[in-house]
Amino acid sequence: MKPALQPAVPGEPSYGAAITWYESTARQRIAGLLDRGSFNEFVGPMQRETSPHLAMFDLPAQFDDGMIVGRGTLDGNAVLVAAQEGRFMGGSFGEVHGAKLTGLLRAARDTQSSAVLILFDTGGVRLQEANAGELAIAEIMRAVYEARLAGVPVIGLVGGRAGCFGGGGLIAACCSALAVSEAGRISVSGPEVIETHRGIEEFDSRDRALVWRTTGGKHRWLCGSAERFVDDSIGAFREAALALLAHHAAAGLDSLLREQARLERRLVRFGDCDDALHIWRAMGAGLPAALPELDYAGFMEQGAPIREASDDAR
Amino acid sequence: MEHLVYRFNVDRRANGKQLYALVGVVASGDLEVLVERALPDSHCEVIVNTAVRGFADVWEAVVGDFVARRPAGGLRLSVNDGGARPDMVSLRLAQAVASIAEDAR
Repeated sequence: MKPALQPAVPGEPSYGAAITWYESTARQRIAGLLDRGSFNEFVGPMQRETSPHLAMFDLPAQFDDGMIVGRGTLDGNAVLVAAQEGRFMGGSFGEVHGAKLTGLLRAARDTQSSAVLILFDTGGVRLQEANAGELAIAEIMRAVYEARLAGVPVIGLVGGRAGCFGGGGLIAACCSALAVSEAGRISVSGPEVIETHRGIEEFDSRDRALVWRTTGGKHRWLCGSAERFVDDSIGAFREAALALLAHHAAAGLDSLLREQARLERRLVRFGDCDDALHIWRAMGAGLPAALPELDYAGFMEQGAPIREASDDAR
Repeated sequence: MEHLVYRFNVDRRANGKQLYALVGVVASGDLEVLVERALPDSHCEVIVNTAVRGFADVWEAVVGDFVARRPAGGLRLSVNDGGARPDMVSLRLAQAVASIAEDAR
């Protein structure tokens, strides 16, 4: 499991390609995603830019506040990278955590960087610093669009334990393209939040099958919310990131209008469905109930023909 | 929060040339250790931040055991604890020293 000792080699990561993305830490994901020895961290743990709020709640800080930012190369392409550590306070957006991503995106805009990769793993805003976290989400969404309008693609990778919820889901929706694994869930209100507000008849958060087929990667890819569906390995995410660097949506009014039109079509096609199974049936899946059970290859075979086309819009 | 500081005089310098390493995550039952080559070779310092009060004697035993077993001269180890058990703490401290001893990152 420990990183290999060789010097920087473009085109080869330093952490195993076959290792699960879901179970890895944010730092392990970066080591496996980028070329060996190419990662340079900004505002690293030694600078101890920790949360100024957590001590008030008698909670321990983490030296990087759960957000790792820096630059590196992906198969020789210079990229900026941000990774959330989902195990530290659910990968939540606090003041420092958010500011590091905002700064990275603004740097991408100002330096005309070739791309930004965001490795999402978050439950959303950190409740202990909610005002700062909400502000951070707004700043990050603006910074994503400013980078994209400056011609810098922002690619989101979702496959962590915490999924991508709350403000993280909003930021993901602003990205140029997304890659998601089966376990990587994307939404705004999480299952428990929906159940608390609307009742268990509306959404049973303990029904894991329901949670996965509503917010999980398979569904997100089938309905065109994510461009790539990937197997749960670091190598698969690296391949997907490379593919999305080569092909992703341009930012601008045109793509927003196409997205609006696509969402309107979705409402017409699936507006009466009250479960993902019904949506998959309406898409043309022969045995919708079998889709969650399929392995990666089987699912791609069944899913690719019925998947809602994701053109420039998303 | 409880803030504990342990300082030792040691006779073995830590291996390797790296300036720092970071291991672990502040998660339930886990901890992070930031290890830096920041002191004279004959000194070692372990700084602990933990929300779990009243276990200073256990920390002292675990940290003392670590310094007795591993070459840790010149190192400052800063710990953010998420409520880890002593065996996990030992493991992370050992991993931190092994990580900083590696020749290249």
